[in-house]
Amino acid sequence: MDLSSINPVLLIASVMVSATPILLAAIGEMVVEKSGVLNLGVEGMMITGAVVGFAVAVSATSPGLGFVAAAIAGALLSLAFGLLTQYLLSNQVATGLGLTLVGLGLSSLIGKPYEGMKTPTLSKFEIPLLSDLPILGDMLFSHDVMVYFSLLLVAAVWAFLKYTRAGLILRAVGEGHDSAHALGYKVTQIRILAILFGGACAGLGGAYLSLVRVPQWTEGMTAGAGWIALAIVVFASWRAGRVAVGAYLFGGVTVLQLNLQAAGADVPVALLSASPYLITILVLVIISARGVHGAPASLGRPFHASH
Amino acid sequence: MLRLEKRPQPSQLWTVVTPILAVFLTMIVGGIMFALLGKPPLEAIKVIFWDPLFHEQFAAYSRPQLLVKAGPLILIAIGLSIGFKAGIWNIGAEGQYIIGAICGAGVGLAFYPSESVLIFPAMVLAGAAGGWAWAMIPAVLKTRFGTNEILVSLMLVYVAQNVLISVSSGLLRNPEGMGFPGSRNFKQWDAAHNAELIANTGMHWGVVAAFIAVIGAYMLMSRHIMGFNIRLTGEAPRAARFAGVSPTRIVFFCLGLAGLLAGAAGLFEATGPAGQITGAFNAGYGFTAIIVAFLGRLHPVGILLAGLLMALTYIGGELAQLMLNLPGASIQLFQGMLLFFLLATDVFTNYRLRFGKKGLV
Repeated sequence: MDLSSINPVLLIASVMVSATPILLAAIGEMVVEKSGVLNLGVEGMMITGAVVGFAVAVSATSPGLGFVAAAIAGALLSLAFGLLTQYLLSNQVATGLGLTLVGLGLSSLIGKPYEGMKTPTLSKFEIPLLSDLPILGDMLFSHDVMVYFSLLLVAAVWAFLKYTRAGLILRAVGEGHDSAHALGYKVTQIRILAILFGGACAGLGGAYLSLVRVPQWTEGMTAGAGWIALAIVVFASWRAGRVAVGAYLFGGVTVLQLNLQAAGADVPVALLSASPYLITILVLVIISARGVHGAPASLGRPFHASH
Repeated sequence: MLRLEKRPQPSQLWTVVTPILAVFLTMIVGGIMFALLGKPPLEAIKVIFWDPLFHEQFAAYSRPQLLVKAGPLILIAIGLSIGFKAGIWNIGAEGQYIIGAICGAGVGLAFYPSESVLIFPAMVLAGAAGGWAWAMIPAVLKTRFGTNEILVSLMLVYVAQNVLISVSSGLLRNPEGMGFPGSRNFKQWDAAHNAELIANTGMHWGVVAAFIAVIGAYMLMSRHIMGFNIRLTGEAPRAARFAGVSPTRIVFFCLGLAGLLAGAAGLFEATGPAGQITGAFNAGYGFTAIIVAFLGRLHPVGILLAGLLMALTYIGGELAQLMLNLPGASIQLFQGMLLFFLLATDVFTNYRLRFGKKGLV
């Protein structure tokens, strides 16, 4: 094994790239769960975002339009989930699973003609001054715009939930929907908005996979990234900052195992490929063994205003 | 003004009507989807739902496939449905199915080329045990640490897939296979072959096991105290605890049973229709079985019918690929839509639509 072939600058840079799709999906799902809704369809929305983003980016030769389309596609799919769970009061777990199955089918249907195609690349955005720093410049400050966008989004969500009135209302709806309803807040509508936001974020995350990370379209390419995003929300105890930490830790594991595979480490390939999933399980166990802190009290419970 | 009013009890009529309504809605929306794809909608629906059974040229081939495809779906869905009744969301049946197949096949191949009659039963037992053991991981983690079983069981599917790829090109690879990945072909080894029991019916031991599971699940859920405890835990967890039902036992029982059945289904598939362990022998039955369980209203008889219907869409989907050049993925979307419409129409089971303003109570 030749560990010296692993370049730390490239390693950190690729960790940031590999963490971004999960970070986007996870921060969106965190907002959804903060409003008291458990949407297990992240994987389905992500892969739909991946294929729609790819298709639009290729057709319009514009990755930017691809991301916009992916966000819209993710939001539309999540709207189906929202209508079912909020207005038709269906079981959230089952509906989320259904959303994933629909998303997987829909994406491979849309994606068939785009297999093996190349996408226009998203140009790098080098932050002035900072990107000229000797090592840190290449490592942290010469990424594409979506990497910074995802981090800004985390900060925005954090500030929104902590400092704004709307954020407080969202949390109130998630902690006790009956009380929030009694105070006159429109529980269902607030939740629909949160679900739409989560869907758009998952769509963006998926598009980042197909447009930047891989970058091409292959069937089933999200390979559980949406589920890992769900796990990261639990890991993060529903806090924005910790979502970022979780996503970057996970990105680190993914990149490290790929590097170890490339360097010919003396570990079975199957174990390395499975390591992101095994580590996710391990992290979930550690978190739950300490007792889950911070889960919104109304999470996953249906709300029906009887009067 | 349209409003929903909660029914005091779920409507029995709507429980039966919603799956049928969902199938019709799926046909309509699916037809629109096919029209958008530039295919004749009515023709496509006919190819999917009618031709597999009655087409004069293809039906002879596709009719036996109905049982072949329904067998594993029903077997897995029965196990899942019992867990769902108790509010235990095992969605990793695909992983339990894969590991069951690997364990069963491994035990069998260890005795190659013995022709003992005990080989196949031993493989079935090993397969069921493998699926059970894989399902015990989320069960132990849930009961010991309170870890969410949905995420753990799903993560384990991806782990199982990596194990499958590894063993099919390593441990279980056919030594006479010229270096190609994949195990020995069980169809060429009589003692381990899960052959058709009655020619041209598609009936194999896995289908027999599925029928037994349907009857067994019916007895369990309607006649046995364990079935009552499971339903009680799902519908009123607090009441169940006061009544002395141990939640831990229910978790172990439900996940264990689902793993057992999924593992056995995997073994029946690997030694029968698939014929060998390869990196892609699993056909996603573990996920489709979730749809089957819901479509069958988590009731054994319903699951039997839903499994047959879902098998029909699989075969019809293949026929539609052949005859109408319809993309294979559209049938996956079709199946997903079915679940969606079912969940949407299910609102009428628990709620009543009311028009106008609410009057005095």
